Amino acid sequence: MHPITPYHYVFLSAALLVVGTIGVLTRRNIIIILMSIELILNAVNINLVAFSHQLANVNGQIFAIFVITDAAAEAAVGLGILIALFRNKETVNADEVDLLKW
Amino acid sequence: MVSAGDLGFFLRNIWVIPLIPLAGAAAMLLFGRRLDPQGGGHGEQGHDHHAGGGTGGRTGKALISLLCPGAVGLAFLFSLGAVVELAGRAPQARRAEVVVFQWLTGSGNFQAAWGFLLDPLSSVMILVVTGVGFLIHVYSIGYMGHQGGYYRFFGYLNLFVFFMLMLVLANNYVLLFVGWEGVGLCSYLLIGFYFHRKSAGDAGNKAFLVNRIGDAAFLLGILLMFATLGTAQFTQVTDLLRSGKYAPQAAQYFNLMALLLFIGATGKSAQIPLYVWLPDAMEGPTPVSALIHAATMVTAGVYMVARSNALFVLAPETMGLVAIIGAATAIFAASIGLVQNDIKRVLAYSTVSQLGYMFLACGVGAFWVGIFHLYTHAFFKALLFLGSGSVIHALSGEQDMRKMGALKDKIPVTFRTMFIAALAIAGIPGLAGFFSKDEILWQTWSSQGGAHRFLYGIGILTASFTAFYMWRLMNMTFYGASRVEQDVERHIHESPKAMTVPLMVLAAGSVAAGWVGIPKVFHFPESWPSLEHWLAPVFAGDPRQVAAAAEHHSAAAEWGLMALSVALAVGGILLARRMYHQQPELADSMEQRLKPLHTLLLNKYYIDEIYNALFVNGLAKGGGTLLGRFDAGVVDGGVNGAGWMTRFSSTLSIWWDTWIIDGSIRLGAFLVKLSSYPVRILQTGLVQSYALSIVVGVILLFGYYLWR
Repeated sequence: MHPITPYHYVFLSAALLVVGTIGVLTRRNIIIILMSIELILNAVNINLVAFSHQLANVNGQIFAIFVITDAAAEAAVGLGILIALFRNKETVNADEVDLLKW
Repeated sequence: MVSAGDLGFFLRNIWVIPLIPLAGAAAMLLFGRRLDPQGGGHGEQGHDHHAGGGTGGRTGKALISLLCPGAVGLAFLFSLGAVVELAGRAPQARRAEVVVFQWLTGSGNFQAAWGFLLDPLSSVMILVVTGVGFLIHVYSIGYMGHQGGYYRFFGYLNLFVFFMLMLVLANNYVLLFVGWEGVGLCSYLLIGFYFHRKSAGDAGNKAFLVNRIGDAAFLLGILLMFATLGTAQFTQVTDLLRSGKYAPQAAQYFNLMALLLFIGATGKSAQIPLYVWLPDAMEGPTPVSALIHAATMVTAGVYMVARSNALFVLAPETMGLVAIIGAATAIFAASIGLVQNDIKRVLAYSTVSQLGYMFLACGVGAFWVGIFHLYTHAFFKALLFLGSGSVIHALSGEQDMRKMGALKDKIPVTFRTMFIAALAIAGIPGLAGFFSKDEILWQTWSSQGGAHRFLYGIGILTASFTAFYMWRLMNMTFYGASRVEQDVERHIHESPKAMTVPLMVLAAGSVAAGWVGIPKVFHFPESWPSLEHWLAPVFAGDPRQVAAAAEHHSAAAEWGLMALSVALAVGGILLARRMYHQQPELADSMEQRLKPLHTLLLNKYYIDEIYNALFVNGLAKGGGTLLGRFDAGVVDGGVNGAGWMTRFSSTLSIWWDTWIIDGSIRLGAFLVKLSSYPVRILQTGLVQSYALSIVVGVILLFGYYLWR
C-alpha cells in the first residue's frame, strides 16, 4: 500500500476546489451554491492541514479551525438571507434574483 | 382763542350757539334709538294719526320732544342775548369775531379758521334760523308725533340747525362752505325721510345732485378768491375790496368770481337754471319743507350774495345777471304756481318765486332789501307751509287741492293764521310781505341800469301772480263746497296745540315783521327801528346803494307805485275769489280756452323733461356711452395692452427657460446617460456572473504569474 503523500492531498484539494467552483458557477439553486462554497472552503482546509502535518507547524491547523468557524458563520448568515429572500420572492433560484442591477 | 377784550359774554361765546343743536343732534343720532323703541321704523301711514305708537316709547318720546326743540330754543335765547349785546354797541363797532382755532393751513395764502362772525347781517340770520327753527321744532312734535322715525327726524332737524348756524356764523368762505354742504346733506336726508317711498328717495337724490353743480362752482369761486385776493375771510375780503388795495390784475377776475359764487347761490337758493330740485323736495315731511325749503336753507344763497356785496358791487355785469335771473325766476315760478293742484307744490313754486325777488333786490344793489324780504318771507312762508301741513294733517294726508274745500270752519285756527299769511305774501299794506316786496319793487324801479324798468314790470306782474295763486290756494282749500272724500271727511279735526301755537306765533310775525322796514315816505320818527340802519354797517360804502338812495327823492312816484302794486294784489285776490269761489265754472272755461298754455304751465314748462333729455339721458347717459367707449377703447385698451405685453414677455421667458436653461441641464444628463450604456451591460445583477468574472480574473492573474 502506497503511503499517502502530499501530492494526494494537493490533488484531492484541487479536485474539491474545481468541483466547488464549477458548482458555484453553474448551479442555480442557492442552497447548492452555498454547499459548493463549503466544498471550496474545505478544499482549502485539507490543504492547510496537509501542509501543517508535512511541515510540523501547528499554525496551519489553527488557521483551519478559524476557516471552519468562518464557514459556519457564513452558512448561518447565508441561509438567513436565503430564508428572507424566499419569503419575499418565493424562489431560491439565483438567476431570478437580479435586483442589484441598474 | 382770539377775541377782543371788550366783548360781552354772549358775543365772546357766539361759537357756542351752533354747538347747542349739535349736542341735540348727537344725542338723537347716537342714542335716540334707545329712547324711541319703534323709532327705527318709518311713517308708512303717512299722516295717519290713528296708527298711534306703543306705550313703550312714550317717556322716550317725551324726552326727545323736550330735548330737541329745547336745544334750538336755547340757541335762540343765546342768539338773542348776543344780538342784544351787539345792538348795545356803536353802529360801526357792531362786529364780533371769534376765532376758536386755526383749522386749515395750506401752502401760500390758503388758510381757514374755525372762526365765527356776528355782525348785523348774521344777527338777522341767526334769529330767523333759531327763532323760526324753534317754532317749527315745536310744530313737529305734533306733526311727527304719530309717525315712525321720531328720533331720526329730530336728530336730522337739529343737525340741520347746527349746520345752518355754522353757515351764517362763519367768518370765512371755507367754513361757510362747510355749513353750506352740511345743510345740503341734511336737506337730502330729510327730503328722503320717507325712504321707503321711491319718489322721496329720488327727490332727495335730485336735490343733492343739482346742488352739487352749484356747489362745484361755489368752491371754484372760493379758490379763485384765494388765488386773487389771498384770503377768504369776510372782513378781510370786504375791507380789501372796499379800500381798493387789491392787486390790479385781480380786478379782471371779479366778474368771474362773483359769477361762480352766484352759480353756487342758484343751486342752493333754487334759481334758474338749478331750481328744479325744490318743488320735488316737497316729498319730505311738511315741517322740513317749512324750515329748510322755505324759511332758512334756501335763503343761504341770498345770504351769501349779500355777504359778498363788496365783491358783487365791483362786478356790475354779474350784478345785472343776478337781477335778470332773479326776475326771470320770480315770474317763471309764479306762472307755474298758478295752475298746480298740489298744495305743497304751489307753495314750493311760490318759494322759488320769492327767492327770485330776493335775488332781484340783490341784483339791483339793494342788498339790505334782499335780506329784509328773506326775513319777512321766513315768517309768512313758514306759516303757509305749516298751515298746509295742518290742512294735510286734518285730511289724513291729502295734498290735492281739488279734494279739499270748505275747511274754513272745521279747522278755524289753521284757516285764520293762513289767511293772515296769504294776505302778507300777496302784499296787503300793513303786513310783512307788503313792506319787503314793495321795497324790492321800488329799489328796482329807482336803480341804475338799462333794464330796470323792464325788471320792475316783471316784478309787479309777479306780485299780481303771487296774489292770484295764493288766493286760489286759499279759496280751493277753505271756501266753496267740500270736495273731500267721504271717509276722510269724518276724520277732519283741528291740529293739536303743539301745532297751532307755532302757527299763531308765526302769524303775529307775519303781521309785524315788516314794521322794521317801513319806507321813508311814511315819515316815521327817526327812533323807529329800521332794518336798513341796522344792516347799514355791513353794506356801507356800496356806491350803487348810495346812488339808489339818492333817487329816493320822488315821494310821489313811490306813492304811485305802491298804489299800483296794492291794486294789482287786490285785483289778483279778487280774481282768484271770483274764479275759484264765486263762479268755479269760470276757472274751467278759462282752462278750456287756454288749453295749450294751461298744459304747458301744469307740466312746468316741461323743464324736467328737457333736463332729463338734455342732461340725464343726453349728457350723462350719452356722455356715459362715449366715456364707456373711451374706457373700453383707450383705458381698457391700455390695460389690456400692458397685460398682453406682460404675457408676451413671459412667453419669451418660458421659451428661454425651457429650451436654454432646462435644455442645457438635460443635455448634460442625456450625455451622462448615453455614456452609461456600455458600463450598464456589465452589471447584470446575477451573482453567478459576478462570480464567473472573479474566477476568470483569478485564472488570468494566475496565468500571468505562471507564464510571465
